[in-house]
Order: sequence, then C-alpha cells, then structure tokens
Amino acid sequence: MKKTLSVLLSLALVVTMAAGCSGGTTTSSEDSDVIKIGVFEPLTGANAAGGELEVEGVELANQLRPEVLGKKVELVIADNKSDKAEATTAAARLIEKDKVVAILGSWGSSLSIAAGDVVKTNQIPAVALSATNPQVTAGNDYYFRVCFLDPFQGTVMANYAYKNLNAKKVAIIQEVSNDYSVGLAKFFTDSFTKLTGDPSSIVATGNYNTGDQDFNGILTNIKAANPDVIFAPGNFTESALIIKQARALGITAPFIGGDTWETNEFITVGGADVEGAVMSTFFDDTNPLTEAGKTFVAEYKKAYPDRDNIAAVTALGYDGYMMTLDAIERAGSADPVAIRDALAATKDFEGATGMITIDENGDASKNEAIIKTVKNGIFTYMDSVTID
Amino acid sequence: MKETQNNIGAYLKLHWKTAVFLVVLLVGIGLADNFVDSYVRRLLNLCAIYVIVSLAMNLVNGFTGQFSLGQAGFMAIGAYTVAVFTVPIESRAAIFYLEPMAPFLANIQLPFIVALILGGLASVVAAFFIGSPCLRLRGDYLAIATLGFSEIIRIVFTNTQSITNGALGIKSIPTISSLWWTYGTALLIIIATVLLINSTYGRAFKSIREDEIAAEAMGVGLFKTKMTSFLIGAFFTGVGGGLFAALLGTVDPKQFYFTLTYNFLLIIVLGGMGSISGTIIASFVVTLGQEALRFLDEPMAFGLDLPIFRPGLRMVVFSFLLMVIVLFYRKGLMGTNELTWDFMALKYQSIKKKLGGKKTSNEGGGN
Amino acid sequence: MVVGMTMETFLQQLINGLSVGSLYALIAIGYTMVYGILRLINFAHGDIFMMAAYFTYFGIAVFVIPWYITFIITIGLTMLLGVTIERVAYRPLRDAPKTSLLISAIGVSFLLENVATYLFSGKPQAFPEFPLMTTPFFIGGLSFQPVSIVIPIVAFVLMSALLYIINKTKIGMAMRAVAVDYDTAKLMGIKINGVISSTFAIGSALAAVGAILWCMKYPSVLPLMGVVPGLKCFIAAVIGGIGNVKGAVLGGLILGFSEVLMVAFFPALTGYRDAIAFVILIIILLFLPNGLLGKKYMEKV
Repeated sequence: MKKTLSVLLSLALVVTMAAGCSGGTTTSSEDSDVIKIGVFEPLTGANAAGGELEVEGVELANQLRPEVLGKKVELVIADNKSDKAEATTAAARLIEKDKVVAILGSWGSSLSIAAGDVVKTNQIPAVALSATNPQVTAGNDYYFRVCFLDPFQGTVMANYAYKNLNAKKVAIIQEVSNDYSVGLAKFFTDSFTKLTGDPSSIVATGNYNTGDQDFNGILTNIKAANPDVIFAPGNFTESALIIKQARALGITAPFIGGDTWETNEFITVGGADVEGAVMSTFFDDTNPLTEAGKTFVAEYKKAYPDRDNIAAVTALGYDGYMMTLDAIERAGSADPVAIRDALAATKDFEGATGMITIDENGDASKNEAIIKTVKNGIFTYMDSVTID
Repeated sequence: MKETQNNIGAYLKLHWKTAVFLVVLLVGIGLADNFVDSYVRRLLNLCAIYVIVSLAMNLVNGFTGQFSLGQAGFMAIGAYTVAVFTVPIESRAAIFYLEPMAPFLANIQLPFIVALILGGLASVVAAFFIGSPCLRLRGDYLAIATLGFSEIIRIVFTNTQSITNGALGIKSIPTISSLWWTYGTALLIIIATVLLINSTYGRAFKSIREDEIAAEAMGVGLFKTKMTSFLIGAFFTGVGGGLFAALLGTVDPKQFYFTLTYNFLLIIVLGGMGSISGTIIASFVVTLGQEALRFLDEPMAFGLDLPIFRPGLRMVVFSFLLMVIVLFYRKGLMGTNELTWDFMALKYQSIKKKLGGKKTSNEGGGN
Repeated sequence: MVVGMTMETFLQQLINGLSVGSLYALIAIGYTMVYGILRLINFAHGDIFMMAAYFTYFGIAVFVIPWYITFIITIGLTMLLGVTIERVAYRPLRDAPKTSLLISAIGVSFLLENVATYLFSGKPQAFPEFPLMTTPFFIGGLSFQPVSIVIPIVAFVLMSALLYIINKTKIGMAMRAVAVDYDTAKLMGIKINGVISSTFAIGSALAAVGAILWCMKYPSVLPLMGVVPGLKCFIAAVIGGIGNVKGAVLGGLILGFSEVLMVAFFPALTGYRDAIAFVILIIILLFLPNGLLGKKYMEKV
C-alpha cells in the first residue's frame, strides 16, 4: 500500500507544476495595431507537400495586402504534422496562445474536420482552402471554404467521361484509406449511373491502401472487365504507379482522376505512361478566370520565377487570405464573431479561382471546374466544365 | 466502528506524507481544471491518456516480460467503440453520408462511461483471440503478431464503412475537456496496477519475466498468467483509446498507424521497464517534450536561419534518443525501482554525501 | 464472387503472383539468416531495403553514375550499412535481455525512417526507368514485363548460391555452428563476430538486390517504402520456417500467390490485401508454429 500512494506523488508534482507554469502564458496579444491570422497546415508528415503549397499562396497574398483596417496582419503558421491529435493541439494553440482572430487551412479534409470542434467551441472563424469533403463545413457555423466540394468534382468527371469520352462502361479504382478518394468515387458512381441509366455501367471496382505499390492484381481484374474509361481518384504516387502498371498489362483505356494528381511527382513517377491522363482542378495559370487571377499569376511569377506552373492549392491559399481580409474589412473590426458573420455574408467575391459566394452551409458555391491533361510532361488546360 | 477509526488513524500516522501528497494532487488537478487555458488542458489530458496506455504496456512488457506491440490496435478498438456509441443519433446521417450506418447500430446511443467500459471490454475480447495462439509461443513472435494484429484492426476499420465510416472517420463525438475524466481514470488505473503488482498475480508476472522455465517449475501457470496480464493490459489500453477519442472528438483509421505504439515504447523504455512511477514521469516528459521540442522543426529556430532546422528533425531527435537510452541507459530513469519515500530519502542521502565531498551542485538526480 | 474468370486472366494473375512472391523471397532470406543466428527479428531489415533504394536512386538519377557501377556501389553501401547497424546497435546488447535487443532493432528501424524523411523529404522520388526491363511483350493476351521474369531467376540463383555458401564453405559451416549453439561454437574457436558480420553483410546484400529489382518494377522511392514489405517478408520467413533459407523462399512465394489470388477471386475484398499476410501468420502460428520447413526449436534453459 505504501507504494500505491507514494507513486501518486510523482503525478501530483507534475500536475501542480504544469498548472503553475500555465499561469504565465501570453496575455499580451491584445495589443491593438496587429491582427493575427493563423495558418494551420501540415508542414511535416504525409501531407507536407500540399501544406507547403498552400502556405506559399497565403504568404504571397499577405505580401500583397499586409494591412487591413489600418492594422498590420501577422501570419502565425502552425504545423499540424498531418496528424489529427496534433491538429487539435495546434488549432488550440493558435487560438489560446497566439490569440488569432481567424484561421486558414488545412490541406487534407480530415485535419480540418479534427480542428472543427476547436474553432466552433472557441468561436473563431476558419476558412478551409482545398479541403473538399462536405463534412468540413457541415454542422459547423464557423468553418468556411473557398474550393468546391467532392460531390461537385465527382459529377464533373462523370459528365466528362460520359459526354466527352463517350464512355458506357467505367472501372473505378479507389484508395479506401483516403476519405477524399472514397468520396469522389461514390459521387462519380452516383452521377455516372444516373447519366447512363444503367446501374451496372460501373463494371469493376478495385480498392487499395495508401502506400501500396503493386496493383497488378486489381488491374488484371479490370482488364478482364474491359472498361471504356478508368476513374482512379487518389494520391498522386499510387495513381502514377497504377497507370504505369496498367499500360504494362496492355490496358489502353484512358485514366481520369481528381485534383490531387496535379503535382510534379505524378509526372516524374509516371513518366510517359501518364501522358493523356485527365483530371479536374480548381485553377489554371495559363487561363485565369478573373482579373484577380491574372494579378495572382503575375505576382506569383515575380516571387517564384523558376517555377514551371502554379498549383491550384496555392491559388486557393491566396483566395482564402484575400476573402478573409475582405470579411474583416466589411466587419469593420477584428472581432472573431463579427468576422464570421461577414464571411457568411460573402457574395460575388472576386478570387483568383473564380467568383466566390458563400452559401448557407459555409461552402463556396462554384459551378465551374477546370479540366486538365498531361501533355508532353506538362499539365495542360483542356476545357472548363460548368454544372448547374 | 472504533476499530476502523483506529485503523485509519494508524494508517494516516504511517502514511501521512502520502496522504498530504494525495490532497495536494487533488487540489492541483482542481486548480488546473479551473485555471488553465484549453491548449494546456489538452496537453495535460493527453499526458494522462499516455500514462494510462503506457502503464498498460509496461504491465505486459515490463512486468510480465511479454513483448507486445499491439497498443495502437487496442486503442483503436476502444476509441471506435466510444465513437460509434456516443455520437448523437441526429448527427449520424450527416456523418455517414456515403454509406448509412448499419441499422442494428444506428439507433443505439450509450452514456460515455458505459461506452468507455465497453471499449475496454471489446479490447479484452480482441486480446483473447490474439493472445490464445501467440502467448504460447516464443516471445518475439508475440511482437510481430501483435504488431500485425494492430495493422489488421486498422485495415478492417478502414473497410467496414457501415460501422466505422471507413476512411472518412467519425466526427462530432461529444468531447470531454475536464481533467477529472482523464486524471480520475488514470488514478484508478495506477492504483489498480500497484495493487495488482503487489498481489500474488504480480509476483507471478515478475517470475515469468525473470525466468519462464523456473517460474513454471515453481508452479506458475505460464499461459494463464501471461493471458491475465495481457487481458488487463488490453482493457486499460482500450479505455485509454476511448478517452483519446473523446478528447479529440473525432477518429479515423490513420490515427492508429502502428508508429503510435512507438510513442508508448519510448515512454516505458525511458521510464524503466517494470517501474510504475518511472512510466508516469516518462509519460509527462515525452508528451510535454514533444511539444517543447517543436522548435527543431522550425527553420528559424533561435532567430538564426540554420539549414539543419527543418521539418522532420524532431522525430530524428526522438528516435535517436530511444537508441541512446537502449544502448547506454538500458534501465531508463527508474529501472525497476519505484519513487517511494524511502527511495527518495536514500537518494537524498547519497546526493548530500556527494555534495559534501565535492562542492558541485547537482539538482534532482532521479536516476 | 468469381465473375466468370477466363483462363487468360487467371494465368496473368499467376504471373503477377510469381514476381511479387519472388521479391518477397529475396527480402525474406535476410530475415531468416539473422534470426537463425541471433534469434533476433531484425526490424531494421525493411529500412535497409529502403536505404538501398535511395542509394540506387541517388547513384543513377542524381550523381549520374552508370547503372552497373551504381548497382555495385549500392550493394557495397548496403552491406556496410547492415554490418554497421549490427556493430553499433546489436553487438553491445548481445548479453543483455532479449527485450533490449528487440527494442534496439525497433529503434534502428524508426531512426532510419525518420532520418530518411528528414534528409530526402517525405515526397516520392522517381526511380530511373529501365525500358529494357519494363517494356512489356505480349504472348496471346498475356503481358510479360522482362523484369517479372528476371526477378524469379535472380531469386533462384541467389538462393542456390547462398545454399552453396552455407553448406559447402567454411564460413557457412561456422554460420551453421553458431546457429545451432552459440556458446559451444564460441568454445570451438569460431570467430563469432566475424560470422555475425558476414551474416548481416549477406542479408543486406540480398535486400539491396531486392530493392533494385523492386524499384525497377515499382519505380517510386519513399522513406516508408520498407515498412510493409519488411513486415510481410518477416511473415514469409515464419511461414517457411524461420532460420531456413529454402523455407524463406517458399514462404515468400506462398505469400505472393495468396495475395494475388485473393484479389483475383474476391475482388470485393481487395482493400483487405495487406491483412492477409497477418491472417496467414496467425494461422501458421496456431497450427505449425515452426513453419513449413522449420525444425523443432527448444527454448534453452
């Protein structure tokens, strides 16, 4: 028994110490000439590449418009490590320690969802940049977004396959461990079977896990089903390997996918085999839809003269920052709740990726998507699709 | 009646220091619960959950000498049980929007405490199935089989969409933020572990750790004893997982990748395999340390633009630390010792002696 | 669930299974050798495999060294890495409790993964193309990539060479002696350290060959690419009977075929593909704890 209780001692010590320490945390950020905005992104871990690209867009926008309401805007960047437990801690830290008035991010819907409760209970508005999962904003008055949603993207690609590629039979390869891929596959299936009127027009489905490298098994099954088109939304590395192995097996059907393909690694890993792969995305730097888009492209080229192309998520990062500043200006104060109300009332805001109006769910109602393809090793604009 | 009073009196006389500390501890938690902001509260909650899971791991690995690496899997079971049974029924349709929740589950909602215990029990059932074949075998097979088991759990949870919502995970789990839930559970589990370790069972556990063959010769039922330890460990881990889900408010299969287990491994190795107080201290050191070492991942640490500080360095430091401890301080902070009053008095004496000899200052000296 | 599978599809799946299985076999040999001698699950083996992939990538794609020289350098560096790991992380613990050794192995694996992420970033690198090995040719409706035929041949040749070394050479005899009885072997004047180092060198060399062939077939290089193959190949070694080289090859092939055939016959279960290895492991542990070709092993008092 003696041990029992004395063991508790160590616990007592640490808790009281921790309680003691926490008394002295920062309280100084109420100073009035700075407005802090949190940038909540994965900078390490599996999603680091996406996080970096979004931060680039936010920082570029911050350089262009460093002030609002006569106050300096300071960005506080927090790494959520592509990990949910870290994500909630990072979001709490932005709000509690850094006292930010709004949060931008995160790449990866599940990380945004994890932060959802934190921003909701603390009443700090957050703007998701490229998180396309409907769950991010559903049932949360404090989460907004500047990109379109999975259902929209699934519909766009189903229409593209049916109308432009004349596909009657489609095979789907989905990354079951990735919410984005599963969502897209589901919405694609729904709208494609509606278009064809034939529930069996999805002739084969293959599942794989993030990090898999061998897809010959599922591809051999798909080859036997002989589809006209293969829809394979998912992570860029795995997708590139899938296309490579499909070509080696003698599958000639075209591959179509979503915005996650638009990375340099997709082309370097896939090589000549990904030529002709088609994907939907948010933005095209050779063909900006708005004046703001042209400004963004010009500024980006100035800041990063050695880059070949601009990632769509960078443009979304830019839009997220600009839309938030616009809301702060309309709110006339840096009060988080006032900013939230102003964000919810956003109407016809001219972003680099198109006109943004926030609907009753907090989502950007966009009806236009860009279709790109890989041509000579470069992502090339093909078409833009409008869905009503 | 008089007798019990006498007993309590005698007990207090003997353990007054401990009693005082217990009161300080409870007051400390109470103060912390009322006065810290939500960021610190979240960290403290995480510490308590790490205490629970690490202690469970130490019970199996440190005290019984069975090398199990299934913590992430057992946590996943506990976490998902809590998630599935506590999410408000009205928000389920919105969460399971790709594939509706299985009808037999869709309308069941349980109070948090019931779901938490159920999560622990579900872990026990899983542990029984994995333990029955594996605990009969040589130790290192258990390591790979439990590791494999935790991967299977993750893969199964990814694929069973109508129960777990697959990769989309479950959100809107009613959250706990009060420290009493986590610290209350941690205290209960610490006390239970201490009582267990000092019971006949505990001695049997240790005898297996020291020498399996000798233990068997002495009449210890090897399989039954190992299984007892394994199941209790699984129960605690499942409960820890349930608290984890309620702390974050959301679960998805990726959280339970097997590298999560390595966190707990580092904790028990650092604290000492077979030391309860060591595990508790190490849980705090590692959890708070991970937060404190964040600057390693930031390119502008110390205001200097040093190229070595960039994302990923923190994990390198952590894994390096694990290697250093294993290679050079194999016993960890505490070895198999406990931080009792006697132990501290002894340390205090030896430090005083040392200080008396040489005039060097030496703080702490816990190990 | 079989949706009218044609003979052609079935044969194609068998070809797929043969090449995956042979890759598993190559990596499994390294596990089985180390376990046979040290009774240690070398958790770092999968990460040694990963490092070999990076060595090759850097040699060809970054430093533009001709591929045949790069292969030799890769094999050399990987052997050095394996031997160093043993020297630094395992040898000091040889007399420590088994658990410490196992934790050390996990620590090395974790360290290599984190160092690789830190140095090479988490982004995938594209492994250089070998058109001669990857351009498919077709017989009937069946597709063959030359690399898929080269892999089983290399695996078979290396296994035979290894069996020759183990059974016919002096160092092989020493290895067998150490595997049977460590202490007696020491008393008989066998230089234990040398034997263990050569075991690690050979195992790592096989991992390097495995990595090169793996990347020719699946051309992306990632810091965590060794984790899943590492676990699976250890299981392959257990299936075949750990400590037995032929068993490791057999186990690798069984695992490769089971995975591919599960995908072929139960397309709805493809998401569970990575779980099948562990399910087989648990079944084997239940009914044949010594594996298919393993000897009965007694715990020493």
